[in-house]
This record gives sequence, structure tokens and C-alpha cells, in this order.
Amino acid sequence: MQPKLTLLSDEIIARILEEAHELLLCPGVKVQNPGARDLLATAGAVMYPDNDVVGIPASLVRKALESVPREFYLYDYDGNPTVHYGGDDVHFDPGSSGIAMLNPETLEHDTTETEHLIRLLKVAEQLPQYDAQSTAVICHDVPKDIQDSYRLYLVLLHSKKPIVTGAFTNKTVQEMIDMLSIFAGSAQAAREKPRAIFDVCPAPPLIWSNFGAGNLIALARAGIPAEIVSVPLSGAAAPVTMLGTVTQHTAECFAGIVIHQLAQAGSPIVWGGAAAIFDMRKGATPMGAVETAMLDCSYAQVAKTLNMPTHTYLGATDSKLVDAQAGLESGISAMVGALSGINMISGSGMLDFLACHSAEKLVLDAEGIAMAKRMIGGVKLHTDTLATGFYDDKINFKGGDFLKQKVTMQLFQKEQHLPSSVIDRDSTRAWKAAGSLDAFGRARIRVTELLASYKRPEIDPAQEHRLHAFMLDLTKKTGVDILPLLEHYQPA
Amino acid sequence: MSEEMYKQMAQCIIDGDSDIAIELAKKSIELKMHPLETITKGFVIGVNYIGDQFGLGEAFLPELVMAGEAMKAAVAVLEPELLKLGEAREMLGRVVLATVEGDIHEIGKTLVGTMLSASGFEVVDLGVDQPADKIIGKALEINANLIGMSALLTTTMVRQREVIEELDKEGLRPRIKVMVGGAPITRDWVTKIKADGYSEDAIGAVKVAKDLVGKGDQ
Repeated sequence: MQPKLTLLSDEIIARILEEAHELLLCPGVKVQNPGARDLLATAGAVMYPDNDVVGIPASLVRKALESVPREFYLYDYDGNPTVHYGGDDVHFDPGSSGIAMLNPETLEHDTTETEHLIRLLKVAEQLPQYDAQSTAVICHDVPKDIQDSYRLYLVLLHSKKPIVTGAFTNKTVQEMIDMLSIFAGSAQAAREKPRAIFDVCPAPPLIWSNFGAGNLIALARAGIPAEIVSVPLSGAAAPVTMLGTVTQHTAECFAGIVIHQLAQAGSPIVWGGAAAIFDMRKGATPMGAVETAMLDCSYAQVAKTLNMPTHTYLGATDSKLVDAQAGLESGISAMVGALSGINMISGSGMLDFLACHSAEKLVLDAEGIAMAKRMIGGVKLHTDTLATGFYDDKINFKGGDFLKQKVTMQLFQKEQHLPSSVIDRDSTRAWKAAGSLDAFGRARIRVTELLASYKRPEIDPAQEHRLHAFMLDLTKKTGVDILPLLEHYQPA
Repeated sequence: MSEEMYKQMAQCIIDGDSDIAIELAKKSIELKMHPLETITKGFVIGVNYIGDQFGLGEAFLPELVMAGEAMKAAVAVLEPELLKLGEAREMLGRVVLATVEGDIHEIGKTLVGTMLSASGFEVVDLGVDQPADKIIGKALEINANLIGMSALLTTTMVRQREVIEELDKEGLRPRIKVMVGGAPITRDWVTKIKADGYSEDAIGAVKVAKDLVGKGDQ
């Protein structure tokens, strides 16, 4: 039995859904993309041309919810379905779109470039706790116009895992869809076994921006999965109450799903978000706050009543270093996300309100994820009897008797998660002998080991050639002839 | 033939399979293989391997303990044969182990016993809640050269000092060395009570014991 955390009663969920429908009519949703407005108008939504606001009737939402796939898979490079969106399956991926990376030597937050993203990819590729990669940081060493596509290009070159990504413009989302098609061999191949899912964000409160709605439409038509990342901020860009925030989140997701399904009924889309409270002292959006995790658990519960696949942003911290605060915020929130049965939990590795990434934090967070996954693995029945079968004539009433049993050896790894060397369970003597390191110190060593053991996946040379050519073509359109040198290739 | 048998013997220890260990030990007797060589060239190789693997983090406590048990089972079959030949397996030392009076914590001490035994010490484990006179009496009875005492409580660790003081009073040290262990035991405490050695874990205890009996190189 998978343990579950639920925070809302059925009655409250019914009221959330009801009030979300009311919000969609009054005040309605601001839809800033003309194509999306056309789709909505044709479908019978109430249009207010003066301010781009659209009233979306409940009937349109119901129709959209009827055509949404209840489950789908993301595939790895070899074509294996490794991430299942749907039900209560839980997956984790590193956070996306950081702009800085913790320098483990200086502890400065360095502006991210190609080398930083590759470092993160190499580490996450070897940690089984991460079911997918992400386009984790922006590479500021390439022209702005190609930064979205370039991140995806680097992930495709360095990973076999599925990818959680996203685009910041309508132009780049199409380029990234094209890149996936070219890499897969055809648009149909990219659609049949999708490798990547795209985060798409509405703007709170109740706004689907030109590029947000545009992304939804492009992805729907390409058949590439979209993941709504609604970001209501309690008390600032959403009502101060948790239930008010979750209701706004529901309305924003409803509107997104309607636009998406009007563009192409049956295309895969996920009910996700990065909801957060608004800190009233600092004006910040704490991702490590327990209320943030409670908001996510709550909206996931709403999604599950609609049988929608789910996503959230948890497992991150607001601390600037990989320290005790980072550990407790990331660990607790990852656990809440897992117990909520959320299909994809993004955010690991991230510090400073999702601005800064850290490879050291990725390896530490992997341990928290392992604990969370162990927790939802539940307490299982492994033996015919619960206990009596463990006692026989060899029991001599001494502590340690059970260490002698074959069944102990057979079952202990099913019952107990064995953490990596990042988690200290040494005696004081052994800990001192290993250098008296704290968790960050041990994580630094582990990162060094992982970087040394990384081997770039073998990718079909023809595919790789197509990818390089596509990326270089995009680059040249920006007036630049050369991209940063990669270990194995100089793209020029 | 012997080489193949030795390999199987080492493997059954690695697998922690006492039944096969006994079977192979009996077979070696039937084949008139020398019991001492059977132990040193066969079974001990397995114990050493699993000990090394444990040290590297590649093997786990159940494997270590089961290997120790399988080793014990094989040696129990072979020892009478050694006696018949008028020989004995050279032991690294003779150890009395106990948890001190008033303390019933056992697992750490039992693991130390398993490790010492598997490493070639002759071990008599008295169990828990053992008063000083019983520990010393047993040490004298078996002519032990090492006493190992465990205490898990700050309230019972003082008993370790009582045993040491009693040994000193009787003039039994340095003939009998004393090693101590247990969660509250620190190096300061060891110095204070004038114990000869201590370890924080069972693997470390083997090295300490070897050093104390002058077999640190083995």
C-alpha cells in the first residue's frame, strides 16, 4: 500500500472546483495570445475584446477534460518508457532554468555557462533517483536568441534520460519541437515516443500570456507533452489563503487545458505548478516553506479527483549554501511531494528561490529522494509469517541472532535503503579518519567521483550530426559562427 | 583436486553456507586432506575475502556474521582431527568477552566476538551482565591473554574500571590485556581507567586485539 498524504476533504475539493468555474467566468482569464483567443471564441467562450479577457464556461472545461489523456509516458533515448505520468507514480528531476551555480570552492553564485549545465547533466545522469534530466540552467555564453534550444541540445548530447524542459518564447518552442523531431527522425517519431515535456507557465493571477498560450498551442499541435506550471503566490499574486490560492491555481489550469485541448484534442498535458507563499517580511517566494509544500499537496489532490497527471516544484531550498537549511527544506518538501503521489517533482539541486543550482546539492537531494521513494514504497509483507518464522532452535536469545539468518541477507536490501557515502553513518573514529567532513564536504567528493566516472552516452552518429547541424544553423541566424567548445566536439 | 576443494571451501564461507562448510570439511577428512591446510588454504581464504569486502563497503554485516558462523561450523568438524594428529590450529590469542554487570546490551560485543573468532582468536563470550569476578575467573580458567568488555551505558561503564583495578590488584596485568568498547566509551575514558586498547566498532576491534597480543602484523 502506497502511503498517501491528503490535506483536503471531498467537500472542500468540490467547492474549489465550483469556485474555479466561477472565476473563469468572473473575472475571467486574460488571454494575450490572438490564436488562443480565436480558438476560445470559436468554441463559444465569452469574449471581452477591450482587455483580452475571456469568460470560459464550465461546459468548455468539461469537454477539454474529457479529451485529455489520463496517462502517458516519457521515453529514454533507447525508446524505453521510463517516466509514467498518471496515477500516483512519483518521479523526480533536477530544477530547471537556474541562472547561477554554486561554486563549491569559492561558495559564490557564478553566472551559468555551458560548462555548468554539462556538470549538472553528468551528475544527474548517474544518479538513479533522477528519473529525468532537466534543462537545468541557462547558458549565458551563447546568444540569448538560442539559449532555450541550446540547453535542450546539450541535454540530448549528454543524456539518455527523458527531459523536462521549456521555452521562453513562441519562436524557441517551435525550434525546440523541431529539434526533437530532427533528433527522433521525424515529427511522428517525436510524438509517438516523446522524449521531453515542456513546462508552460500562466502568469498569476489568471493570465495566459502571449508566449504561455502560444507554447500550449504549439505543443498540442505537435503532440509533445505540456506541463502547466501555474505559479500563484499566496498573498501577492493570489489570495492569501491556501484554499483561495489552490482555487486560482485550479482556474489557471482549467483555462490552460481548454486552450491546449482546443488546439489539439487528446494531446498530453499535465496539471502542475510552482505555487508558493509570499514572504511578508522579505517579499520573497520561499520554495522551502512548509506552506508551499502544502499548496502543492492540495492542488495535486484536486488534480487527482479529475484523474489528471500531476507535477510540482518541491525539493528545493531558499538557502544560499548547501547547508542545514537546504537539507531540511529540500528533504521535508521532497517527502511531502512523494507522499502526495505527484508524478513529476522538479526542483532538486536548487538554492536561492530556484535561481541557483548546485551539483553538490543534487547528490545530497538524491539521498532525500531515496528516502522519500523508500517511504512511499510502504511497509511490505515479505514472509509467510510476520515474525514467528524467524525464531527457530538456533535462536539463543542473544542480540545479533538475526544477523546469522539467510533471510536477513536476502531481505535487508528490500527493507532498507542503503544510502551513498554522502550520508554519514560511520563511527566517530572512521568519520575522523575520513577527514571529519560535513554533508557538503562529502557531497563535493561524490560530485568529483561522478564527474570522473561519467561516460557520454553512445548516440547514433547520424542523429548527432543532424543535431549539430540544426543547432549550428540556429546559431548562425543570430550572426554567430561558433558555439562553446564541447569535450568531444567543436560546434562550428 | 585439492585446489578445487579449497576454492569451494572459500566460496561456501563467502556464501555464509554452514551446511556446505560442514559437508566440505567432512569430505576433506574422507579424502585424508590435512585439516590444518584445509583451514588455512580453504576456509580462511573465504573469511579474509569477506572481511576485506566488508572493509570496502562491498559486503554487509549479515554476510560477515554468516561467514563467521560457517567458519565456526567447519572448524568444529576439523578440530577433532587436528587433535588426533596431535596438532592444534595456531590461534592469535585467547579472549574472554563480556558485557559488564548491570548492562544487558549485547549486539556490539557479539559482533566483536564473531569478528575475533573469524580472524583466528579463540573466543569465550560470557554474555551480558557479568560481574568482575566471573570475567576474571574465566580468564584465569582458560589462560586468556585478552579480556574484552562492553558497556553501553554511562552508568555501567564504571564497571570496566572495577575489572581493571581488580586485575591490577591481583597482579594479572600486563599478562592479561584489556580492551573496552561501547557507545559512551571515549579515548579519554580509556586513558583514565588505564585500559590497554579500545575500538569504536567490531572491525576496528580486530586490529586492536591483534596489536595487544603482539600479532599486529597478521
